[in-house]
Amino acid sequence: MIEVRDLTKHYGDKLAVDHLSFTVEPGRVTGFLGPNGAGKSTTMRLILGLDRPQAGTATIGGRRYDQLARPLRTVGALLEAKAMHDGRSAYNHLLYLAQTQGLPRTRVDEVLALVGLTDVAHKRTGGYSLGMSQRVGIAAAMLGNPPVLLLDEPVNGLDPEGIRWIRNLMKQLAGEGRTVFVSSHLMNEMAVTADHLIVIGRGRLIANCPTQELIEHSSERTVLVRSPQSDRLGELITAGGGVVKPEDGAAPPGGLSVTGMEAPRIGEIAAGAGIVLHELTPRLASLEEAFMEMTAGSLEYGVGPEAQAARAQAAQASPGPADGSQS
Amino acid sequence: MTAASPPTQAGPAAELPPAAGTGGIWRLLAAEWTKIRSVRSTLWTLILLVVVTVGFTSLLTLAISASWDRSRPGEHAAIVADPVGAILGTGITFGQLTICVLGVLVISSEYSSGAIRASLLAVPRRWPMLAAKAVVFGVIVFVVGELASFGSFFAGSAILHSHAPVSLGDPGVLRAVLGAGLYVVLLGWFSMAIGGLLRHTAGAITTAIGVVFVLPIVGGFLPGSWGHHIDNYLPSVAGSMIAQAHQGVDQVLTPWQGFGVFCIWTAVVLAAAFYFLQRRDA
Repeated sequence: MIEVRDLTKHYGDKLAVDHLSFTVEPGRVTGFLGPNGAGKSTTMRLILGLDRPQAGTATIGGRRYDQLARPLRTVGALLEAKAMHDGRSAYNHLLYLAQTQGLPRTRVDEVLALVGLTDVAHKRTGGYSLGMSQRVGIAAAMLGNPPVLLLDEPVNGLDPEGIRWIRNLMKQLAGEGRTVFVSSHLMNEMAVTADHLIVIGRGRLIANCPTQELIEHSSERTVLVRSPQSDRLGELITAGGGVVKPEDGAAPPGGLSVTGMEAPRIGEIAAGAGIVLHELTPRLASLEEAFMEMTAGSLEYGVGPEAQAARAQAAQASPGPADGSQS
Repeated sequence: MTAASPPTQAGPAAELPPAAGTGGIWRLLAAEWTKIRSVRSTLWTLILLVVVTVGFTSLLTLAISASWDRSRPGEHAAIVADPVGAILGTGITFGQLTICVLGVLVISSEYSSGAIRASLLAVPRRWPMLAAKAVVFGVIVFVVGELASFGSFFAGSAILHSHAPVSLGDPGVLRAVLGAGLYVVLLGWFSMAIGGLLRHTAGAITTAIGVVFVLPIVGGFLPGSWGHHIDNYLPSVAGSMIAQAHQGVDQVLTPWQGFGVFCIWTAVVLAAAFYFLQRRDA
């Protein structure tokens, strides 16, 4: 179990993690979701003792990471694709890590077989593809057969087969009762992998709930309606309990976006009032859209009017340019 | 790109055997030994240390020997007074540069490659990792440094034999030859500490070579007794005095005193490296 309490980290003037608290339970895959720069990697580095927080604590099974006697036997971590020397072979990279934990050489062979790198294990990692380096990282994480795993964007650089493999591995590991904590900036990826989601933006907690709940909550049904008499129709829908917003973006203009009322009812209202309909389309907001909306206020490096507005707001709140030196 | 075989679907091993009974120190020493031997640049740099040191000693003593009869009387007084100092001084001056590079690389390459994060995740208390690295690196450099030192001495003394005979049995000579190897060990730690402090290979190598190679040149130009004292207390100037049979007429420190001064320099920079390793974000 991972417990984060009131964790705060700033680099100079820049606040990366802002009084963040959450718990990661064993036996399920917990997704750690947020846009780039939200503080996911920083939080993981703080949990792993690589960076020191200014305030708050992060413990694993009740102990700080640097209090673990043989940490790789408790926690396996994949932080970035290339955390290894180009000139060293994957075998020797894993061997020295195994030696620090008092693990036998046979364990190195086992994890190499687990990630499918046995044949290239003695080649220098400088020649590895991103996907292969990622597998070395997974092998290193699995070295101590740890009950807790932290994976930072593990599917980065993997081909579809590799992505499926990682997903299955994470589910299997969680099924064995381990704590699996995996970060991503892709909502759709998390939706198929994670049982539980922790969403952050600008270093703050936005949501902490089961994935299913977030999906149901986010996937608000809307109905797109087009009519030459849209003003009159809008009034009738509002009177009937629906919420009407002008549809922006979609061409041609003049559409209405209706929530809180199903498409059949809208059709009946229109027919009853003799209003002509040009379009009546039920829509399900995509998870990605829901996620964008949820984190829009916390976007730091985003593009588009929402992100610009958010940045303008932030600039007013805290003067001085933010530098993007870390994610 | 080399193709990876498809990953197996098998999960992790059910149970790991209990940790081997060796103590924590031995585990870390074994790990640092694996790190240092598994990178090719280590071997090449160590070979270069011996080749450059023995090679330059041979070249320069050959040059001295060839021009001996044509030079004015008294010009070789320093060589005759302390042949071992002259012999070791020629090669080590250049050979020490390879140790500056290797010392920096053993730690800075971990930062530049990102391997430092893997290393610190395995040893989150941090300082034992650097201590183990210092021990393993020190032992390796000691062995190779003595090889270079004795190699230089035997080559140089054979070449200069007819002009300035010297043997290991002469007073202070064995200490000087052994001392040259010890100086190289300290220099390795000194450079390693700079690498750990600066973290960037190029900057750290430039700094180490600046301190070891360039400062003494500047120091040599400092005027007066005041400047002379400063020069003698510079890390590499003081440290290399151990490679002389006895104190030179223009030196303010004895060989052991000079070595002691360099020990203090090294201890201070190493202490800073340990301190900042504990304190800084990795």
